[in-house]
Amino acid sequence: MSQRATFEAAVTLGLTADEYARICEIQGGEPTYVELAIYSLMWSEHCSYKHSRPILGRFPTSGPRILQGPGENAGIIDVGDGWAVAMKVESHNHPSAVEPFQGAATGVGGIVRDIFTMGARPCVSMDSLRFGELTEPRQRFLLDGVVGGIAHYGNCLGIPTVGGEIYFEPSYEGNCLVNAMAAGMIRTDGIVRAIASGVGNHVVLIGSKTGRDGIGGASVLASQEFDETLEEKRPSVQVGDPFTEKKLIEACLELIHRKLVVSMQDLGAAGLTSSSSEMASKGTVGLDIHADRVPLREADMEPWEIMISESQERMLAIVTEEQLADVREVCERWDLDCSVIGQVTDTKMLRIHWHGERVANIPARRLADESPVIRTPSVKPDYIVDEPVAVSDAAYPQPTDLGAALALLLAAPNIASKRWAWEQYDYIVQANTVQIPGSDAAVLRIKDSPRGIAFSNDCNGRHCYLDPYRGAKAAVAEAARNLACAGALPVAVTDCLNFGNPEKGEIYWQFEQAVEGIAEACEALDTPVVSGNVSFYNESFGQAIYPTPMIGMLGVYDDVGVHIDDAFKDEGDVIVLLGAEAGWMDGSEYQKVAYGKVEGRVPDVDLRLEVELQGKLRAAIEARLLKSAHDCAEGGLAVALAEGAIASGVTGGTAFADPDTPQAREGGAGRWLGAEVDLGSASIVTGAAGRPDLALFGEAPTRVIVTVAPELLGPLEAVLGDLPHRVVGRVTGADLRCTMDGEELFTVPVSELHSAYESLPQRLA
Amino acid sequence: MNVRVHITPKEGILDPQGATVERALPALGFQGVSGVRIGKFIELAYDPPAGTTAEQARAHIDEMCRKLLANPIIEDFAFELDEG
Amino acid sequence: MTAPSTVRFGVVVFPGSNCDADAHHALSTFPDVDVDYLWHKDTDLKGAEAIVLPGGFSYGDYLRCGAIARFSPIMQSVIEFAEAGGLVLGICNGFQILTEAGLLPGALLRNTGLKFVCRYVNLRVDNAETAFTGACDADEVLRIVVKHNEGNYTADPATLARMKANGQIVLRYVTAAGEQGDSANPNGAVDDIAGVCNQRGNVFGMMPHPENSVEAALAGGAGGRRIFQSMVDTLMAREVAR
Repeated sequence: MSQRATFEAAVTLGLTADEYARICEIQGGEPTYVELAIYSLMWSEHCSYKHSRPILGRFPTSGPRILQGPGENAGIIDVGDGWAVAMKVESHNHPSAVEPFQGAATGVGGIVRDIFTMGARPCVSMDSLRFGELTEPRQRFLLDGVVGGIAHYGNCLGIPTVGGEIYFEPSYEGNCLVNAMAAGMIRTDGIVRAIASGVGNHVVLIGSKTGRDGIGGASVLASQEFDETLEEKRPSVQVGDPFTEKKLIEACLELIHRKLVVSMQDLGAAGLTSSSSEMASKGTVGLDIHADRVPLREADMEPWEIMISESQERMLAIVTEEQLADVREVCERWDLDCSVIGQVTDTKMLRIHWHGERVANIPARRLADESPVIRTPSVKPDYIVDEPVAVSDAAYPQPTDLGAALALLLAAPNIASKRWAWEQYDYIVQANTVQIPGSDAAVLRIKDSPRGIAFSNDCNGRHCYLDPYRGAKAAVAEAARNLACAGALPVAVTDCLNFGNPEKGEIYWQFEQAVEGIAEACEALDTPVVSGNVSFYNESFGQAIYPTPMIGMLGVYDDVGVHIDDAFKDEGDVIVLLGAEAGWMDGSEYQKVAYGKVEGRVPDVDLRLEVELQGKLRAAIEARLLKSAHDCAEGGLAVALAEGAIASGVTGGTAFADPDTPQAREGGAGRWLGAEVDLGSASIVTGAAGRPDLALFGEAPTRVIVTVAPELLGPLEAVLGDLPHRVVGRVTGADLRCTMDGEELFTVPVSELHSAYESLPQRLA
Repeated sequence: MNVRVHITPKEGILDPQGATVERALPALGFQGVSGVRIGKFIELAYDPPAGTTAEQARAHIDEMCRKLLANPIIEDFAFELDEG
Repeated sequence: MTAPSTVRFGVVVFPGSNCDADAHHALSTFPDVDVDYLWHKDTDLKGAEAIVLPGGFSYGDYLRCGAIARFSPIMQSVIEFAEAGGLVLGICNGFQILTEAGLLPGALLRNTGLKFVCRYVNLRVDNAETAFTGACDADEVLRIVVKHNEGNYTADPATLARMKANGQIVLRYVTAAGEQGDSANPNGAVDDIAGVCNQRGNVFGMMPHPENSVEAALAGGAGGRRIFQSMVDTLMAREVAR
């Protein structure tokens, strides 16, 4: 067991010559095989962030509301009245590409553990998913499995899955993305951190037995591109057990609330290895672990397997002698294994024992903190252009039927309703959901308080591909804008950065640019980054995904009662466009769907205008001036208008919280509210191009449409002041009708738009 | 021919159902039970095109199992058939 | 004879129940109600006058939904309580447990769509005389949320005929206009059945979740209040009658 490992073994485990040399220097000679296995996991990209650590320091991470920034299991934000929200997002991309159901399920399980290990009761799940085009059977298989896995695990835990996003681009075909976000509520004085302390305290393992799950699993998979050997990686897949995790949530929260643990850490990537070394390193103590005392699901496991196993649903706790009996009682009541597997020491070493023999002796701090840091020289890719496309009739022939073009966009998988997915999720358990999936943001109330919280997930991978800096900045702006549309104040970000191989200069350039864009936007919007995750090596056969820095954002309400959604409400309401006027072809969904192209230079976010718009929008909502608000995103202005009209008649939105609304009495289906919209003059709206299709479908950041009762238009304009805005029409009838320059562009019944918008299930049949 | 397919979790894969049932049985008074694994049992009748040899038929069923009836990532399968 | 000040409910908690807190919270929004949690390993019903078996995934739904939970020590007490005429409400997983325990006829199968479904449904009250629907008008339509994977109610034809004759079919899935039809049925349940009671009328199971539809300000609306109100009214009347 304590045989010395060779350089060849190191290579097999994925270490470089440099890394091996450094290990030998730290260990004072050749490491044992157990030690080498531990280093190889802890120094993998997924665990050590060796390519990203130097760049991530750019993020703003602190602020008056921030109780815990990056570096713990989750970020924690004060939301008022003694309450705080713990929040984090994590990727489970590579496991999901191998076994989508279990990969997504265990992704949810893992991120939820990061929340309750700090003492927070998990109250929100949201998932940002990306696949290749649905015309490919394998992509339909992945979508089905991933959504099913999220539903299976999240529903069983009783955590509402209240939102997320799903996108389809060819670039994700070989590498789907599954970014699982979770949040939880905690009293500000009840936070537990993962810091081991107290020499002589017990190290206690709680939860499932340990098997060979994921050996070489998440960590190794996440540090390699996929190639032909994908099939052989299958045995590494973990299977989730949400029933055990539900029991674990109850038991651990009880332990924490009754102050029966000194600290707690969940076992995630690299299992016992990373949990124990991180706890020791944070606490500047040592840990002695007796691998032979770990309850096993499979006989004859070796100590290195036990240390790196990624069996799910396990927690590590530091417990004093006085607390131990009560801890055992709680675990027994919840039918959970509870085993003392080691103790805290003053050696500052992570020591692993196997039946009395010491098989590993590693300095804890150096293992956790001193992985190599690598900065690849970045190279701007050749495909990046500095000018927007020339929208000529030759390259971009104008459509003859704009109504049909709108229907085509609404039916596009990136825009179409994702109801097929979110109706598989319990979005209402815990009785806090105020705004269900389908609108701009998810909104929840806080019981026994007028306050509330809201969440959004945003990233446009195509935009980030065309310009990572502008695209990432826009992702932050959009996440905040979506919260503002719901009436919430954005306060913090958790980010999931999905990129290709960071050893390549072009990918590293994308990463640096994206981080810079995020940092600038977070500074301007005052939304520090409190936690997050980096997923590299999302490439197959040398082809990388679009750079996809997914932004998860938290917003808060002093009075959650002011929240609004995106649906048109009443005949005669005035429609006002706030913010930017011109829409662009570059990187738009219209460019992709109607012309099959992805090219150009996406517009930049004017952060000053963005901050002004969001502030005034929120003020208008808090003054209860608005009936609805909706961000203009993919598909531009026309799609945003169509979505507002479609939502007016669809069952299940907050419009039906009050059973006496006309929509509710009708039961929803078939009773639509349309609009008459005048886009004004083409030259004003679309700049030089002057094309009606660009006025309708061109995309730009910092644009919101709101509806307001006619008698409140005056007060609204007083709030807006000199923020660019224009009355563009009114809510009326059952058709959506748009005119420009005095000419009708199209008239389409909202019921037809609804059919196009709800057509996703047909693509999955 | 009648085909009977037995599908079981792969060895080493976590079987949460089996583990839970194993824990529940003693509470009902049944001691001494261990190693509970829960799988699926599928019955079907297969009438292959004329001229299919027995070996080909077995190969077809094997492919059915591999592609649909079982999830080869986490499950093993075995089948038996009789010409009856 | 003065009316009693409160009535007492007990919400059973099995390992894996996850709607127990919502049921407890929903009941706490009624001014005349005290609520206790009842742990599955205990046998003491703590003086409850009505028992709620909540939704969730008891024992993970492993093996069959409710199959393991029905053998919990608390269920022995619940069965005795029901046989003595006590009110028992089973919601979703609770409904499944009641059928597994034989306190209600029929069984719950996998949804015909084979997927979990979370959406609002319209329920027609086809028997407004029960202890659980007494506060409803006949044929009233309630809007409540369903969220389940195995909600497809089934029973053999003879049992169904008997249930219909006895008024045991209490709630059906309908359109907003109150009519049965495929689009209104989220899971394929036979005859669009959403909730049934036993012959005696004191045990009731329903797949939709009234506890998620008790507050108008929340997404679930308040369509579920009637169910709990009916139970409170029944218990109050019983107390006065004593």
